[in-house]
Amino acid sequence: MSLRTPLGRVRGLGSAKDGVAHWWAQRITAVALIPLLLWLVASLVASAGMDHAAVKAWLSSPVSATLMILLIAAGFHHAQLGLQVVIEDYVHTEWLKIASITAVKLAAVALAVSGVFSILKIAFGG
Amino acid sequence: MAAPNRPLSPHLQIYKPQLTSFLSICHRMTGIGLAVGVLFLVCWLSSAATGPESFARIQEFNGSWFGRLLLFGWTFALFYHLCNGIRHLFWDAGKGFEMEIVNRSGVMVLLGAGALTLIAWIWGYSSMGAL
Repeated sequence: MSLRTPLGRVRGLGSAKDGVAHWWAQRITAVALIPLLLWLVASLVASAGMDHAAVKAWLSSPVSATLMILLIAAGFHHAQLGLQVVIEDYVHTEWLKIASITAVKLAAVALAVSGVFSILKIAFGG
Repeated sequence: MAAPNRPLSPHLQIYKPQLTSFLSICHRMTGIGLAVGVLFLVCWLSSAATGPESFARIQEFNGSWFGRLLLFGWTFALFYHLCNGIRHLFWDAGKGFEMEIVNRSGVMVLLGAGALTLIAWIWGYSSMGAL
């Protein structure tokens, strides 16, 4: 049994029932992605047209591999949160909305894991 | 539940086009495009992890006119979403809501995204020795 009053339990949660967690996660990942994406674009552009050996050398560095994994994690989290809002705004058939959001979230996790695995495979010797 | 065929706001056929609403729609569209872009980034990484042959194939696609067009579009979408995202973060902090500033920051976002895209591509071509 909770000793919190009914008002105390719902205060701050709003109509979404989970408060500002979604909004806040979108902002945190956005802030993280600013330096990560500037780093990625600068790295790719500075060595445009890299061959396989150059990519291996680049991602074998602990700094590049770490930043790339962070970028994949923050990027997919941010994308998934954003696509969820787009679906919630435009898909009004309840089952289709829930199915689409579930598909987006599962795909984001699967692709992020695939990306991280590829980075680690390259980093630890192709 | 409300009937699903009710009119939705904003009613685009009736609303006068404005810089603010146009940029807001662009933020969504570039966001969706970038979600596809990060999917392509994973394809690129996994082809690099698979081996030199599959990586050569994806690099060949990236070098084709269609690949370059896609990459150029993603570069602009990325810088647009990044610049406009920073504009959103200022709004989240409660700053820059005056109409004059909203319009000025909107123009700055467009110019900034365009300039960063051009810089990235000129830098890219020059690092390939193509300039």
